[in-house]
Amino acid sequence: MATSDIGDIQVAERALQHHFADMEQQRDTSSFGMWMFLLTEIMFFGGLFCAYLVYRASYYQAFVEGSQKMNIVLGATNTAVLICSSLTMALGVRAAQMGKPKLMVILLLITILFGFGFLGIKAVEYHEHWENHEFPGPNFHFETGNPAHPASDPQHTQIYFSLYWAMTGLHALHMVIGIGLVAWLVIAGLMGAYTPHYYNPVENVGLYWHFVDLVWIYLFPMLYLISKKHGV
Amino acid sequence: MATAVQTVERENYLNSNYGIKSWLLTTDHKRIAILYLISITAMFWLGGFFAMMIRLELLTPAGDLISSDTYNKLFTMHGIIMVFFFLIPSVPAVLGNFLVPLMVGAKDLAFPRVNLLSWYLYMAGAITALVAMVTGGVDTGWTFYTPFSTTYSNTHVIGAAIGIFIAGFSSILTGLNFIVTIHRMRAPGMTWRRLPLFCWANYAAAIIMVLGTPVIAITLLLVALERAFHIGVFNPQLGGDPLLFQHLFWFYSHPAVYIMILPGMGVISEIVTCFSRKRVFGYEFIALASIAIAVLGFLVWAHHMFVAGISVYAALVFSLLSYLVAIPSAVKVFNWTATMYKGSIRYNTPMLYAFGFIGLFTVGGLTGIFLATLGIDVQVHDTYFVVAHFHYVMVGGMVMAYMAGLHFWWPKITGRMYPEAWAKLSALLVFVGFNTTFFPQFILGYMGLPRRYHAYPPEFQVLNVLSTAGASILAVGYVLPMIYFVWSLRYGKEAGPNPWNAVGLEWMVPSPPPTHNFDETPVVTWEAYDYEHQPQEEVTVGH
Amino acid sequence: MWKNLPLFPERASALAWQVDGLYFLLIAVSAFFTLLIFALIFVFAVKYRRSVHPHAVQIEGSLPLELAWTLIPLGICMIFFAWGSLIYFQEARPPKGAMEVYAVAKQWMWKFEYENGQRDINQLHVPVGRDVKLIMSSQDAIHSFFVPAFRIKMDVLPGRFTTTWFRPTKVGTYHLFCSQYCGTDHSGMIGQVIVMEPAAYQAWMSGGASSGTLASNGQQLFQQLGCATCHRFDTQGRGPNLTGVFGKPVLLEDGRTVIADENYIRESILIPGAKIVSGFKPIMPTFQGQVSEENLMALVAYVKSLAQAQQKGAASDNSSVPDTPNSQ
Repeated sequence: MATSDIGDIQVAERALQHHFADMEQQRDTSSFGMWMFLLTEIMFFGGLFCAYLVYRASYYQAFVEGSQKMNIVLGATNTAVLICSSLTMALGVRAAQMGKPKLMVILLLITILFGFGFLGIKAVEYHEHWENHEFPGPNFHFETGNPAHPASDPQHTQIYFSLYWAMTGLHALHMVIGIGLVAWLVIAGLMGAYTPHYYNPVENVGLYWHFVDLVWIYLFPMLYLISKKHGV
Repeated sequence: MATAVQTVERENYLNSNYGIKSWLLTTDHKRIAILYLISITAMFWLGGFFAMMIRLELLTPAGDLISSDTYNKLFTMHGIIMVFFFLIPSVPAVLGNFLVPLMVGAKDLAFPRVNLLSWYLYMAGAITALVAMVTGGVDTGWTFYTPFSTTYSNTHVIGAAIGIFIAGFSSILTGLNFIVTIHRMRAPGMTWRRLPLFCWANYAAAIIMVLGTPVIAITLLLVALERAFHIGVFNPQLGGDPLLFQHLFWFYSHPAVYIMILPGMGVISEIVTCFSRKRVFGYEFIALASIAIAVLGFLVWAHHMFVAGISVYAALVFSLLSYLVAIPSAVKVFNWTATMYKGSIRYNTPMLYAFGFIGLFTVGGLTGIFLATLGIDVQVHDTYFVVAHFHYVMVGGMVMAYMAGLHFWWPKITGRMYPEAWAKLSALLVFVGFNTTFFPQFILGYMGLPRRYHAYPPEFQVLNVLSTAGASILAVGYVLPMIYFVWSLRYGKEAGPNPWNAVGLEWMVPSPPPTHNFDETPVVTWEAYDYEHQPQEEVTVGH
Repeated sequence: MWKNLPLFPERASALAWQVDGLYFLLIAVSAFFTLLIFALIFVFAVKYRRSVHPHAVQIEGSLPLELAWTLIPLGICMIFFAWGSLIYFQEARPPKGAMEVYAVAKQWMWKFEYENGQRDINQLHVPVGRDVKLIMSSQDAIHSFFVPAFRIKMDVLPGRFTTTWFRPTKVGTYHLFCSQYCGTDHSGMIGQVIVMEPAAYQAWMSGGASSGTLASNGQQLFQQLGCATCHRFDTQGRGPNLTGVFGKPVLLEDGRTVIADENYIRESILIPGAKIVSGFKPIMPTFQGQVSEENLMALVAYVKSLAQAQQKGAASDNSSVPDTPNSQ
């Protein structure tokens, strides 16, 4: 035990960059940096959320009709998938902290699996919308599917879909980047890079992963669950 | 006196290793600052060339020198280059990069590799934007107003927007690095109350970079998507709202002017104290004014939209908030002036530029009050009055501060002195040239000459000729430093660690500083601007 | 003053004096503070130069001074704020009974249409001393209606109406600029506002060839497009009766209430589903792409005339159904 501890500390010392006084400062600094980065990310999505709120307030009915087209079962499944992935991610960070690199690698691999699961389901949804001409642009065509209630305002429903594609697309892009980062952790983990004295990359990627998850927690009700009552 | 041999032999960040690779793969904040210095100087001359073409065209009322399309592209590219690729990175990315770690007593910025990445992002953005310009140009104005930019312009809007998008991430990463460095990397004893005001100012600017830049990034991305796929977020023909674009655009682009001016204010605080040999007057007020500007700056964006069709009550609120953001700027001006009171003042070039800054920034700030005043803004909005106002703040303020800082820290950066007489001449030329160029534009603006006009009614000619004449003096004022700075690299006098006898950690290390800045982590036991305990006479190099 | 070197714009509207008054005050205050700062810098720089004042006196700061130069500028700013807002309020609220002119901006020209149906391109003729309200929209990019001599400016947007107003006080010809950058020939989008004596204006008005008033053109369109089949002047129509609707609050199906202004009517024609009047079904087809900006304005003028005619009718004998709006 004692020898492995010394080995851990050596790994940690190799990871200490020249401009920090000690590991504590380095860890503190990198986690602070990550929080600042997430702040930037919030503002990045914030612009889209703001556009969404403005248009939803002005063209509520058109947004309701658009959201009727969402596949709630797939959306809810995806929400569950992401929440599970956050759990395995959190457990993975914990495993790294406890000095169980093998467990960490397994948990991170499950996280990656969940990530691909999410993207796969999202792709099915995208395909459905694409087939139904629910992609903004010259080929956009919108019908409620209920002859008694024709589309009241297809023009603004198109804006709903523009925002839908932009927001979920940007989110999916973040997922892809996230999967890449977790894969990098897996490789580094296999090479024995992380110890209880040095695991801040795992922690930071974890923070990122939870953030991306959190964005979806907002996107799901905003886009899928606008109103069932005003339905058609 | 130290011998020259000693200084040359000493290892510093410039001679620690050689070769292109040692520069392009460096993570040393000082070398990255030099990379930025070279890149933004190139952009400055490009943007300046466009400005000169614009001024030449405006010599005559008719649009005779260049076609209107060319003219429109010229002012657009002048704006894009100067705002996004020169002013925003100027003081933070060059002087801030070089000085913030030195001033707080750190060996480097918190994330050196991220710092290098941010330079590469800047270059990638700049090259993308330049390619868009070379292959056809952009004619939307730097403001990219929709639906003109999304629907009616036939130029390379997408390329320019993506260029700015990429450069935006460079700005975000620089800001992030500054915030984390100032929070976590300060030397023992360097408390927040002892932090140089230059760091406070860069810290405030960094807050805006981190919080504001992502919004413009996503906005320009939407513009690009709208152009590419005809989605209708901003296009009224497709049910979108063009005013939403303006809100999102100015939500960043108004605070962005504070990204540009705040670090300049930091430079002035350092210089005024040094050449008055005094503690700064009202340290807390100057520091807090920086933060107040950064925060309030986020709440005033719609004052660009008083005649755009927003509601009367929204206009009222934004007008009120715009006055509030003017107050901290006024507080700073008064404090700098008070700092000189009973000082012991020396007129070196940095101080001359600082005088110029305080005067011109005062004019720029006060004319900002005109624009915040609703009834007056209706008349002067989108006229030359606005052009004059922001050039007074951006060129009269920011570029003056940048020049002041460049002269002040040139000996630290290069180890050589610039020629003082030539530098004083250039400072004078810049001041005279600048006022001759831009003061007439205030008059033109209230008379009603709209901005972005390729041709104009003849009664506006005399003032336009005056303005162009001033611009040529200004150009000479900028060419001179370019020449003597390069000259000084070889022939300038050896500077020694502290040629101005200034206080501050950056002056306690040799010039140029060694790669790791400090051999031993410094311990700060004195207050900021402690000129009382600084010996009056020049400190010799061998000290 | 100086024929060849004017340094100040002409004053030709009722509001111009107010704007200039505030402008002069701002200049005076700005000049005072600018000179104060310049003078202080100059005096300090000379008096405390190193050669005569080799030892600086250290001063930390002064709270009273800080408070003074925070609060005094703030107080002055509040005066500007109050005055500036008063002017802005007047500019934003056209007086009742103003003569209405419709303007369409497009790359790169101004088109004006008067109530009597007469049209103008790049020239706006108005009588001196009369309030003139402009109802403007753009066919393409954003433009801006700017008459420096009147001290007014208002952006002209695509997809909605914006308004501005002025009362010319001086006969003459004044610049009309587009001040919002709008593409290649932005600087060529210059027109004239021609302010005439009332008599001359009447003569000019009657000289032009016009094919009926704007409202009557709107009435024709109302028939042609089939609006009249549903929007009948009784309670039997499948759409709301438009008599007297303009300018009044309208209760919507979702419980909101909106004022039936120009933009509401515009939206109801182009995006009928956006705001459904309470008690009606969303059955109206969209007219997006089928009516030009000019025709939209004619339709709006017609709906307006229905309200005005009703007011007049109510005042006289309380009976007539307004089917001849040009009788007003």
